[in-house]
Amino acid sequence: MSQAVPAGQPSLSAARHLDMVALRDALHAEWTKLRTIAGPAWLLVGTVAATLAVSAAATAAARCPSGTACPVDTTKLSLTGIQAGQAVVAILAVLAISGEYSTGMIRITLAAMPHRSVVLAAKAVILAALVLAAGAIAVGGSVLAGRILLPGHGFTVARGFPLESLADGPTLRAAAGSVLYLVLIALLSLGIATLIRDSAAAIGVVLGLLYLSPIILGVVTDPVWSHRFERYAPMSAGLTIQDTTSLRGLAISPWGGLGVLAAWAAAALLAGGLLLRWRDA
Amino acid sequence: MTAGTVTPHQPDQQTGRDGFAPLLRAEWTKFRTVRGWVIGMIVAVLVMLGLGLFAAGASSSSCQSASGAPGQTSHACGGTIYPVGPGGEPVTDNFYFVRQPLAGNGSITVRITSLTGLLPPADGNVPGGPNAPIDTRPGLVPWAKAGVIISGGTTPGSAYAAMMVTADHGVRLQDNYTSDTAGLPGAVSAASPRWLRLTRSGGTITGYDSADGTHWTQVGTVHLAGLPSTVQAGMFAASPAWQSISQNFGGGENGMIAPSQDTAVFDQLSRSGTWPSGAWTGDYLDAAGGSGIGEFHQAGGRFTVTGSGDIAPVVPGQAGDVGTTVTQHLIGTFAGLIAVIVVATMFITAEYRRGLIRVTLTASPRRGRVLAAKAVVIGAVAFVAGLVAAAAAVIFGAALAHARGSYVYPVPWPTELRMVIGTGALIAVTAVLAVALGTVLRRSAAAVTLVIVAIVLPYILGAASVLPVGAADWLLRITPAAAFAVQQATPQYQQVTAIYSPNSGFFPLAPWAGFAVLCGYAALALGLAVVLLRRRDA
Repeated sequence: MSQAVPAGQPSLSAARHLDMVALRDALHAEWTKLRTIAGPAWLLVGTVAATLAVSAAATAAARCPSGTACPVDTTKLSLTGIQAGQAVVAILAVLAISGEYSTGMIRITLAAMPHRSVVLAAKAVILAALVLAAGAIAVGGSVLAGRILLPGHGFTVARGFPLESLADGPTLRAAAGSVLYLVLIALLSLGIATLIRDSAAAIGVVLGLLYLSPIILGVVTDPVWSHRFERYAPMSAGLTIQDTTSLRGLAISPWGGLGVLAAWAAAALLAGGLLLRWRDA
Repeated sequence: MTAGTVTPHQPDQQTGRDGFAPLLRAEWTKFRTVRGWVIGMIVAVLVMLGLGLFAAGASSSSCQSASGAPGQTSHACGGTIYPVGPGGEPVTDNFYFVRQPLAGNGSITVRITSLTGLLPPADGNVPGGPNAPIDTRPGLVPWAKAGVIISGGTTPGSAYAAMMVTADHGVRLQDNYTSDTAGLPGAVSAASPRWLRLTRSGGTITGYDSADGTHWTQVGTVHLAGLPSTVQAGMFAASPAWQSISQNFGGGENGMIAPSQDTAVFDQLSRSGTWPSGAWTGDYLDAAGGSGIGEFHQAGGRFTVTGSGDIAPVVPGQAGDVGTTVTQHLIGTFAGLIAVIVVATMFITAEYRRGLIRVTLTASPRRGRVLAAKAVVIGAVAFVAGLVAAAAAVIFGAALAHARGSYVYPVPWPTELRMVIGTGALIAVTAVLAVALGTVLRRSAAAVTLVIVAIVLPYILGAASVLPVGAADWLLRITPAAAFAVQQATPQYQQVTAIYSPNSGFFPLAPWAGFAVLCGYAALALGLAVVLLRRRDA
């Protein structure tokens, strides 16, 4: 926010006040842009629907036949849908900035608000708030689906699978962390889209970055390399926040994993913000 | 893809029939003159190759080649050496063989009255060292086998044909490791013995079975290429390792594996042809040069043969497995696909964004043909890119793995060819699907995401994630990701007990059937795109 202050400014506090006003106006503008077109609303609905559908399907497909040991992390299982929901979040976040480039709207936006970092910050704030709300609904619904479906498939209290409940510490951490995961994915996507500008290329890069790590982990047998992927790849590291059993075997702690994803998102936003300031729109 | 001279006007004779070739050339010109798209395709090839080489390299560094002899390509980590069968596939060729040479044509007939065996303890813990007896509990693994065999020699991987009784699968005629034909059903016992006969005539071996020794049924005829004039023939016993398979969620599967053994009683031996008059030779054939469980006793016309091991193809992904498969060298397909999907979608959505579509449709008002030309051009480009990248990944991946002392499961060349061509076709059809969905949705981000999620996410959820095997199988049957079956290196063998899950590289559909699922989606999307393109205003 340390924009070059126009020459006639009387004091620093007044400049800061102006910055705050600029941010407030920018937030208002971004909110109006997202609110008044149909796309974002549908994409938020799509995020909830995709997450819920895949979570419920995964939970419904799981079975624990009597007489067999089922080493299943039921909390992680009932949050499987995040892996699908994040793709819709990525579209929403990419379109928030690429949409402006494809229509040329970005030139009007930047003419109206020359403080480019403020524009990006406003987009990030609005996006984070929207994804936080949609993510909370999606995750809450997924946990509820697990609570309803799992006991009927052999994952009963008697066999050591407590009913899914947000009152349970690790489950709450996994659920709240999954919402934050979606928010961080949105910010990462926003940063990458600001870098790349074209929506198709940006979405390809985002989904490649996310989905390739679990695929590569499936074939790499070298323990050093799989450890690196589990620790530092955005999706693999970030999703450790969903683990509630055998935490000692994880390559990275749950909050540490989410921190790695946060670092990816921050780096992408920073790089995007710098290029936004340096490049011609 | 014609690199001919560009003429500004169409020849007169083509103006009347609105030829397809000019449309193709128009679309090809559009593709090759957008630098980003050409770069995107090159990126697709490079990431496919790069990731494939990474997978080949990063899967082998845990493996230290002790002998380090260059050119010793069948060397594997941990001392495992898989001989290669006549079809080019890796095989297990360990069994107890009671044999005599048979010169020229002839036949061998026996009766089997009993097949019994010993299994390791149910928890899989074999007490003592490798030579400790496994005398813990009686029982047979399902594919414990014993019978008569005619083999090209005692070299591991020799051509053979065998008639056998099995524990749970009745009488079988098996040959050259991969083929398996069913004969009389039911288990063998003193009350219900089985008569088996093999006759050799040149390279042709015919197997017969009978329940009473008088009424014979021909089970099958096999042709063994390159069978020497003098073959090794006789009785054998083999019992594959006992496996306890517990299916995990998330972590794949836990396989416990321990040796088992079986004992068969043979009598009523009769032979025709030129056999030596001396005694029978009994030895345990082991490709690794080690010693296995096996012995035989002869009392009058009665032979009791005990053996372990198996004569069967090796299935990658079994417990204790160390090698990599060619499929793993093609893992970069996913990254390449994403790049191709982006380019293919933009090939149509860029026209909408720039308004070029109105010019395109004014120039050639038959809209279906325009879309067909786009699909052909992008499909052809994607096919070439995929083919080049897949061929390079397979060739250089194997070279890299060998150079690092890692074992790569050998694959017969027709399979390898199918995997490479199939990968190119998979990428081509996905590109067509992307063009079609780009036409339907007109928005790049939505179309790109839909195609990526449809083809990549089912694979992740099915093959590398928490879903149980049943659900994973269904995902890889009904979604476009079914097409990855073209990259399956090893077929499923009914005569080999293994975990055939997507997790270990086995797809629920046959290679080209899985590919047909993707083609079905592409055809549906293309049909919908043509209808919408005709009806909607551009």
